[in-house]
Amino acid sequence: MNVNEMKELIMNYVIKEYIDDDDVKITYETPLISSGYVDSFSMVSLLVFLENKFRIKIPPSKATPEAFDSVNNIVALVNQYLKQ
Amino acid sequence: MTLNPEHRSYEELSGNFTWAVAEKELDYKNGEVINIGWYCSDRICLKGNAAKVALIYEGFGGISRQFTYDDIRIAGNTIGTFLRGLGIIEGDRVCLFMDRIPELYLSFLGILKTGAIVQPLFSAFGEESLFVRLENAGTRAIITQKKHLQKVRKIRGKLPHLEYVIIVDEIKSADLAAGEVLFRLDNAAPVENFDICPTMAETPSVLHYTSGTTGQPKGVQHVHYSLISQYLTTKWVLDLRDDDIYWCTADPGWVTGTSYGIIGPWSLGVTQCVLDSGFSAQAWYRFAEKNRVTVWYSAPTAIRALMKAGNEIVKSFDLSSLRHLASVGEPLNSEAVIWSEKVFGKPFHDTFWQTETGSIMITNFPGMKIKPGSMGRTFPGITGTVLDPATFRPYPEHGRAGLIAFRPGWPAMMRAYWNNEEKYREKFVNGWYLSGDRASIDSEGYYWFIGRDDDVINTGGHLVSPFEVESALLEHPAVAESAVTSRPDEINMEVVKAFITLKPGHTPDPDLELDIMNFIRKRLSPLAMPQAVEFMDRLPKTRSGKIMRRVLHAKEWGEEIGDISTLEND
Repeated sequence: MNVNEMKELIMNYVIKEYIDDDDVKITYETPLISSGYVDSFSMVSLLVFLENKFRIKIPPSKATPEAFDSVNNIVALVNQYLKQ
Repeated sequence: MTLNPEHRSYEELSGNFTWAVAEKELDYKNGEVINIGWYCSDRICLKGNAAKVALIYEGFGGISRQFTYDDIRIAGNTIGTFLRGLGIIEGDRVCLFMDRIPELYLSFLGILKTGAIVQPLFSAFGEESLFVRLENAGTRAIITQKKHLQKVRKIRGKLPHLEYVIIVDEIKSADLAAGEVLFRLDNAAPVENFDICPTMAETPSVLHYTSGTTGQPKGVQHVHYSLISQYLTTKWVLDLRDDDIYWCTADPGWVTGTSYGIIGPWSLGVTQCVLDSGFSAQAWYRFAEKNRVTVWYSAPTAIRALMKAGNEIVKSFDLSSLRHLASVGEPLNSEAVIWSEKVFGKPFHDTFWQTETGSIMITNFPGMKIKPGSMGRTFPGITGTVLDPATFRPYPEHGRAGLIAFRPGWPAMMRAYWNNEEKYREKFVNGWYLSGDRASIDSEGYYWFIGRDDDVINTGGHLVSPFEVESALLEHPAVAESAVTSRPDEINMEVVKAFITLKPGHTPDPDLELDIMNFIRKRLSPLAMPQAVEFMDRLPKTRSGKIMRRVLHAKEWGEEIGDISTLEND
């Protein structure tokens, strides 16, 4: 899976699971945590999604609100662990 | 209005204490009209503070607004007029289902001014959580935002009492369904004078929902007289003064967000600020610095999250304006107190109270000796004790672990569980209100928290009912049986964990685990979502078939399992 496909996959999941309002349009840079679209409790389900989908293990210390704050940030985080 | 400028000792404040102290300061006399909406806005204006800033609001992306006390007075009148125009009358339940936008705070005043009962609900609630609370309360109107409308629409057909869905932000008229009404405060004609409902001390005011071990959530009904202890505890415990900038980080969907995020500070005429965006240490420190926050009331979960973000980030901000810090929601661990002394130069003061108590019961006063890890001492006028769980009588000696209990009679005590007299009565034994929490008291009268006396899960300061989660899990197509307990969590103290057996044809796998997590998150709330799911071949049960949650709880917490003689064998 290339980076663009990864972005698309994560973006679709975020929209499907966390964005209730059909009129809200998010981009790869839209803040997810600091904007309140994804709260700190829900972040855990996003983490599980990433770990399942990409067969990686992200340590709790790296699963920070900042690391999850946009699709681009998430892709960067996932890439770190895909390379390991 | 002159607020308490000096810290008097605990003994001085407690000696000969009566709630008349607050009644006198609020110019209230027994038998007179008392309306929280009026006290929080009109009265402050009449005292000469109409132009003083009441609310500094900041939403995501730096959107900010300010409202003076005259602004919130007029907004309350305008919203009250609108509601009355719909036919809302005294005693009707009007739900607030919004993020922390200004309309939430202003509608709170407007509803109270009409004499209706405010029913605040956390906007992250899923449709099932929303439904059971609206159904139980027989809610007549709900005020919400377009972003939450889908959840309301999904359950609307099952709620015959719900006549009006009021949307406060942008939505095209053509998109409104029957019974949906658009109300834009900015577009409404400001109402200078409003005939405020002459509510009395025992008139119902606020209806907050809280979770118990069994059964559906209970509606905790408060009255306008709650103002008396909310006012005084805000003044003495949170130490608010005329020139303070106060920041309560709680959402008004929970009781802290109304008792101390609206009623307390505004009845004192203090400027408060609200940040409506997701959590990040950077954003919180920036907000405190920008607004020169002086008094900060937050929760241990948030404090631990700030600790996790590290000490270096704190140095990037000028937080010298902070004068007093307090905490509520769950036990404040001693490490957090010591950390705050190190990075802010002052400790967080722990406070203990509940949705049912309506105001602070046990606390560390400013100036009082703090024992890190202790909840502090009872507020003046509050008679507290620790009961022997076998006899429901107070222990005669110090240091014994038992049930925290209070003598009923403080002003903000709940007056009922909505439509549930039986559950309400169960909260009182031998003339004591049972808090459901356990603690010990030391020789100096300081309370030391031990834990819940039931299976309710306190996650991030919010109570989650294992029963509610277990019931919702059974609605998932793959789940045969479920048991829910807590497991330790570094930030939230504890989080929800689910143990599940599957129906034939389903096999455990990570995607199913995620599906179950998301199912609960959407139906109930993110707080109730199991942060871990463990698939089991069978759940531990008694021979009579009752699931033994305590066995699972003990396993998660590394505790002794205790008596398992009733455990079902193969």
